[in-house]
Amino acid sequence: MSLQIKETQDSYDVIIVGSGAGGGMASKILSEAGLSVAVVEAGGDFDPAKEEDRTQLRPPWESPRRGAGTEIRPFGDFDQAIGGWEIEGEPYTRKDGTQFDWFRSRMVGGRTNHWGRISLRFGPNDFKRASIDGFGHDWPIGYEDLKPYYDKVDKLIGVFGSKEGIFNEPDGFFLPPPKPRLHELFIKRGADKAGIPMIPGRLSMLTRPINAERGVCFFCNQCNRACQAYADFSSGTCLIHPAMKKGKVDLYTYSMVRKVTTDETGKANGVSFVSKIDRKEYKLKSRVVVLGASACESARILMNSKSKAHPDGIGADSGVLGRYLHDSTGADRMGILPDLIDRDRYNEDGVGGMHMYTPWWKDNKKLDFARGYHIEYWGGMGQPAYGAGGSMDSMRKYLKDEFGNPSPNGGYGTGLKKDIRRIYGSTLGMSGRGESIPQLSNYCEIDPNVVDTYGIPVLRFHYKWTDQEIKQAKHMQDTFEEILTQAGATLLGSKPGPESMYGLAGPGRIIHEVGTTRMSNDPKSGVVSSDCQVHACKNLFIVDAGPFVSQADKNPTWTILALSWRTSDYIIEQLKQKNI
Amino acid sequence: MNRRENLKLLFAGSIGAGLLLGCEPEQVKLKGAVIGTPGGRTEEEKVRDAKLLAERFFTEDELKKISNLVDLIMPADEQSPAATTLGVPNFIEFMMKDQPSMQTPMRGGLMWLDFESEEKFGKLFNSLETAQVLEIVDLVAWPEKATEAYQGGVRWFNMLRNLTCSGYFSTQEGWKYMGYQGNVPNVWDGVPAAVLTKHGLANPDKYAGVYLKTEERSKIAVWDETGNLIG
Repeated sequence: MSLQIKETQDSYDVIIVGSGAGGGMASKILSEAGLSVAVVEAGGDFDPAKEEDRTQLRPPWESPRRGAGTEIRPFGDFDQAIGGWEIEGEPYTRKDGTQFDWFRSRMVGGRTNHWGRISLRFGPNDFKRASIDGFGHDWPIGYEDLKPYYDKVDKLIGVFGSKEGIFNEPDGFFLPPPKPRLHELFIKRGADKAGIPMIPGRLSMLTRPINAERGVCFFCNQCNRACQAYADFSSGTCLIHPAMKKGKVDLYTYSMVRKVTTDETGKANGVSFVSKIDRKEYKLKSRVVVLGASACESARILMNSKSKAHPDGIGADSGVLGRYLHDSTGADRMGILPDLIDRDRYNEDGVGGMHMYTPWWKDNKKLDFARGYHIEYWGGMGQPAYGAGGSMDSMRKYLKDEFGNPSPNGGYGTGLKKDIRRIYGSTLGMSGRGESIPQLSNYCEIDPNVVDTYGIPVLRFHYKWTDQEIKQAKHMQDTFEEILTQAGATLLGSKPGPESMYGLAGPGRIIHEVGTTRMSNDPKSGVVSSDCQVHACKNLFIVDAGPFVSQADKNPTWTILALSWRTSDYIIEQLKQKNI
Repeated sequence: MNRRENLKLLFAGSIGAGLLLGCEPEQVKLKGAVIGTPGGRTEEEKVRDAKLLAERFFTEDELKKISNLVDLIMPADEQSPAATTLGVPNFIEFMMKDQPSMQTPMRGGLMWLDFESEEKFGKLFNSLETAQVLEIVDLVAWPEKATEAYQGGVRWFNMLRNLTCSGYFSTQEGWKYMGYQGNVPNVWDGVPAAVLTKHGLANPDKYAGVYLKTEERSKIAVWDETGNLIG
């Protein structure tokens, strides 16, 4: 991580706050149109192709904690995403005993360094849920508006998959998918018996090259460590850095934006930010400001952008700023497959994610909850690191000797060592990721009593799941048991019941939070228009997942990218027409 | 000197702190060596790793108990070395500082060993004969056989077993024993045919023409207007 303050011009055509999927795409499209761009990022820069930044292919013994997670790398010591649910000096609070955990990545590329690269388009139904089930609201745009942009994103960034012709899982421009792993074939056998579809995964890794700038996947399973061949998508390697090479793009790192500054008419004229290095306040000027700081962070910036023209912050007059915050639902289950005990060894790394998954397959009209979920599968002969050989105090009994007698749990010695080798690669499981229903009563707001280390007021969250999400989680648990059992697996642990909301993950834990600056053509029910233009401030735009009216049972990144491209095109056109 | 040897040296005794401060002859060799995890570290991470590596948590007495126990949990056999040979005590020492919530239960468990040894044999744990050590360990090593009175000890031994296995299998020797073959650039072309046959499984026919053809891996993808891959 390089530490430096950039000495550059202080006036730009466009300032983009945040360098994740939304900010990255905007920086590319706007700079290619010849505009001068400043990208303001709260964390540092890095390049996985440089040896000093590389964590890919490092064995665990290079880490004194053997790859265990730390507070700022909760997904492991070699994970490239720096940040986590708790960041020192950058707190947030919760209200009324409710729960929300806010995951942030402070670095170039933001959370595109973290995500599983599951790259699913929203389908036609996903934009019109209220018309289908009566809950929440429709988007003011539809699939047909985003389709051309999804197509362009596929070709620019690359995603593997298979053409399936499923109405609400639109096909794209796919690279060839990798063949399944062994546990995925076992699960497929179970899913077939249960009548549940399983299709090749749709992940943004280059199984074949798409241009001369990025390399091709060499199957190390470590996309979360950032690829030195740039064969997976992250905003830094695929958008920000290329934009900096080709266009007029300046990157301001370790720069924490306090507010959008406005003139006396209420128009945005730049941002005010704190340098984390010298802890001094700086101002940048621009004709247009684009927020891509993440749904909650962008909402926070708007709320803190108070002025004479915007006494309660920008967009607060909509009445929905910070409201309709929603995350995906999540629940998991695990099993052990006796057929995989004593399994043959070979390199099973594959890509950094599942080679097969299950898209939502049911009709909600026949169910007691309104929205669907997809299923992600995991298992296999992963890299032994921190945690390897663990839990033999409860797992060893699943090993049987030649006479069928189970090993005793726990123990020590060569027998234990052999049992660990026998059981390796035999556990597997699945995770449901579903759509929740956005609620006015789930929100973030400014906590009047708490500031961060830069003196910026922080967010306070209020979030509760409803019966809809709880019933969905129950359905997930029933489905998981059925698939695992049909696949021949022995279920591990006990089935989560009502006492734990059927294992439903806490809000924020799936890291898909969206909706805080939602889109509506009515300024009284949305912060931004259908072009992601802030109603109350026409030269201010939002390109993260804040404008999502509803989060489908898909991962949000592909839609953030498509929307950001569309918004960027709109900005270019509006500048040309001198409307902003 | 490789990094693992550095770590060993650092934990070898009180000279560890001196090495970091640079007042021993070995200092020259340490210069430029990576202290802590390499690759894209923040300044805070570098400082924290260096600090944790310089600190000592276990006393000599505790380290002796740990060394004894980890070799009992993962002993040498004809195919693999003992846990102490792979530096497992040093790893556990580091984890105590990295995840301080483990300190009290670990220290408590090690204290209990002396209490139990005194009760049973009238001497401290580190002075026991092998058979006596096993007698103590057997009280807590088998969760389902252990009596109610020893459940606290069982939890401690579970933690020690887990840490020992983590430290053992996250090494080059551990990988070799486990038969792990990954973490190298390769081309995935599905589960080996013999393995598929053994389990009576096959790749779905439906996607035979869709899956990655490894010989096309270097060809830049080209699509027609409707998204069919044509080149």
